[in-house]
Amino acid sequence: MAPLIEIRDLRVEARGDDGQPVEIVKGVSFTVERGEVMGLIGESGSGKTTIALALMGYARFGCRISGGTVRIGDTEVTGLSEAALRKLRGRRVAYIAQSAAASFNPSRTIMQQVIEAARIHGTLDEAAAREKAIGLFRAMAIPKAETIGERYPHQVSGGQLQRLMAAMALITDPEVVIFDEPTTALDVTTQIEVLKAFKSAIRDRNTTGIYVTHDLAVIAQIADSITVLRHGFVQETAKTGMLLASPAQEYTRNLLAAAEPARRERPALVETAAPLLKVTGLTVGYGGLDAEGMPLVPVVREVDLAIRQGEALGVIGESGCGKSTLARAISGLAPPARGTVELGGKVLGPGLAQRSREELREIQLVFQSADTALNPRVSIGEIIGRPLTFFFGLKGAERDRRVRELLDLTHLPASVLNRQPGDLSGGQKQRVNLARALAAKPRLLLCDEVTSALDTLVAAAILDLLAELRKELGLTTMFISHDLKTIRAICDQVLVLYAGRVVETLPASAISARGHHPYAKLLFSSVPALHQGWLDGLAAPAMPASATEAQGREGCTFFHRCELRMEGTCDRIVPPPRQTPEGLTVACHHPLEG
Amino acid sequence: MTGSIGTLLLGRLLAAIATLWFVATMVFIITNLLPGDVAQELLGQSATPEAVAGLRKSLGLDVPPFERYLTWLGGLVRGDAGRSLVNGMPVGDLIGSRLGNSLLLAGITALVAVPLALALGIAAAVKRGSIYDRAIGMGTVLAVSVPEFLVASAAVLVFAVHLRWLPALSQLGRIETFWDGFRVFALPVMTLTFVIMAQMARMTRAALVDVLSSSYIEMAKLKGASAARIVVWHALPNAIGPIANAIAFSLSFLLGGVIIVETIFNYPGIAKLMVDGVATRDIPLVQACAMLFCGAYLLLVTAADVAAILANPRLRHR
Repeated sequence: MAPLIEIRDLRVEARGDDGQPVEIVKGVSFTVERGEVMGLIGESGSGKTTIALALMGYARFGCRISGGTVRIGDTEVTGLSEAALRKLRGRRVAYIAQSAAASFNPSRTIMQQVIEAARIHGTLDEAAAREKAIGLFRAMAIPKAETIGERYPHQVSGGQLQRLMAAMALITDPEVVIFDEPTTALDVTTQIEVLKAFKSAIRDRNTTGIYVTHDLAVIAQIADSITVLRHGFVQETAKTGMLLASPAQEYTRNLLAAAEPARRERPALVETAAPLLKVTGLTVGYGGLDAEGMPLVPVVREVDLAIRQGEALGVIGESGCGKSTLARAISGLAPPARGTVELGGKVLGPGLAQRSREELREIQLVFQSADTALNPRVSIGEIIGRPLTFFFGLKGAERDRRVRELLDLTHLPASVLNRQPGDLSGGQKQRVNLARALAAKPRLLLCDEVTSALDTLVAAAILDLLAELRKELGLTTMFISHDLKTIRAICDQVLVLYAGRVVETLPASAISARGHHPYAKLLFSSVPALHQGWLDGLAAPAMPASATEAQGREGCTFFHRCELRMEGTCDRIVPPPRQTPEGLTVACHHPLEG
Repeated sequence: MTGSIGTLLLGRLLAAIATLWFVATMVFIITNLLPGDVAQELLGQSATPEAVAGLRKSLGLDVPPFERYLTWLGGLVRGDAGRSLVNGMPVGDLIGSRLGNSLLLAGITALVAVPLALALGIAAAVKRGSIYDRAIGMGTVLAVSVPEFLVASAAVLVFAVHLRWLPALSQLGRIETFWDGFRVFALPVMTLTFVIMAQMARMTRAALVDVLSSSYIEMAKLKGASAARIVVWHALPNAIGPIANAIAFSLSFLLGGVIIVETIFNYPGIAKLMVDGVATRDIPLVQACAMLFCGAYLLLVTAADVAAILANPRLRHR
């Protein structure tokens, strides 16, 4: 039998900055059998989304399909008229986008949008479509399936929206479903639930799928075959097991290596009595203060932490847990409502204004997005040179020499000196961002998600650089990330934050073993492993997650999601941190197991 | 739920009232700074100082400004704008006789200009980047740049003088049939439409282009929705806020900013009344007209705000 999808020599052109057409997909061919899922993997700019959209005969604004053929069943998609394409889209081929929050129309109810395709194509009448939608909601394990459709998109969480979008795609029983990075924007604990829902939906309906992602571990759970793309070319196509076990191409091997970052070499710590950074009872929040002097919206609550000289502390937690706010409070950008920050035994002022220039110099913050952190109109030389003048009064040739040293340190060519951030690649910009922070010769470097916006291979190179800098400069760092694999690769100690509270502190080497706090356990077990069948082997969570309820001021912040919760204790008393024999600190009422 | 949106709307209303009060104070201060004196103006240059002083006293102009301000403000709150200094008639009556005409002209212009502007703006947004889009873009820039007296004069020259299709002056007294009405209003409405349409069309295009490039519009396309459905069902509800604001802004011009058009076509509207008031130093009339324009402007802008709030489900269902 002929494959259901056949793409042959597909070419897509985009209009470049100079108005000339630039080919962004350069002769891509592959086939997908009915009922199979093909994974398209590649870095940004590899053309993976463009190829997936071409399956629907669609090219984004400024792009056009310039050559090759796309066949689905008996239909040559590339030869269809606009009217015929409309009949295909949403009916025979459906699309699930990366950001469900952006892909739902904010002005229409969820139900109206979910059944829209069925109504447009006339496959079902209104009542039948609604009924079917509710059935799909149930199949996707969406809570309150009967009534959730009457809500507006902003009233529903991101993970639920992503599953609602899958229901929207399946409403017409399409032959082909395109998944375009559907879990990339989600927290790992949510990602699992969504992946499971997708997988069972694909299996139950014998759907043919195209799964686009940059995450090899995710695709290994879903795809039967994988096509590796780079710069608009196919690197290789193979069955998933084959590709993971014996990749044919060098590039694929690099991707695989970067997906499971090795632990970077780390310098031996000098045991000193006092830690370099000591944070005690730090509470930071927004809104006004209440009668007890606590912020109305606390983001970080009573956090204690310490970092020794030369140590790298990782801070991990899902979005909104207060990771970045913690770093901002330590740096003085967000003055805390309570608690103190000590550096080298000296208590620092709460805000920037209360700190001396020398104290400001000692703590430097590296932001996640170099695009917004670097002034686009200023040359790289000036960006790095400014802190040199500000903190050390360097000028002229002396300053130039130091700037060149810093470029050298961060492996940037001297040719970038007179260029502006816009002329640099993402990885280079992040290096400039680091060089700017290092220019101040800080004692403590706070890195806030510095690799999160980068492609896997570029991020791996930045991790190498950070490890090297630690060795050469003896830097003390706090490394914030939502990605456990990154943290494990370069940190000594790891601090797990949940809803602003520290729930567990443990050595990075102990991450792979199970954590002790129920949230840490859930978090660690949610990170997809790079082998097939990991998802299927996971036990179902004992209690459904309800992400938004962790607001109470009393009791354990994880109470509502915890499978070990004890009514009467956990919802009343904040669990105090306890030491375990293995050197872990766990904040949980439950008796700790070995 | 409804409480929060009620608070939001109440807030808008209070802000509008506060603005109106601020404007009233400003209007009072500025009109009192105007050079010239109504008594002097009425009696002519040969009047004796005693006669001028007597007239000033009888007109109440000798009272200290702050007292006059309070009296005037109190009158405004009760709906009494005082009496004209020139002919002694209540200002309310003077305005009342003209307001209907102004509203008629504004209404007809709005009926022509708003749908036309929306259609042009929507079409330009949908065909973004096409020759048609660029033509509308150029045309609207041109229309905004040409002063209205030039448009009005050119229209008179072409349609009244050369072609002799339409009368050069708008005489409201002689309307009996629809055709009469058309002939009277054609030129002023055409001129005003030309002036206010460009702004609305451009804002509509900008708002819609913004919405049309969002992910949920791409999603709708990939569900197989037709172009008409995408614009009407998906895009427009999300563009109501900025479009309503642009419309309110343009329409507010129709009440206060049409002085030149009313003058050229000799149309008996409010703006012309105000200009006459300034010429004769009839302060109460000028003040009342200014307050009327500001009030209309605030009313329109507040209505647009309310429309934007009601159209946004994030504000409607909090």
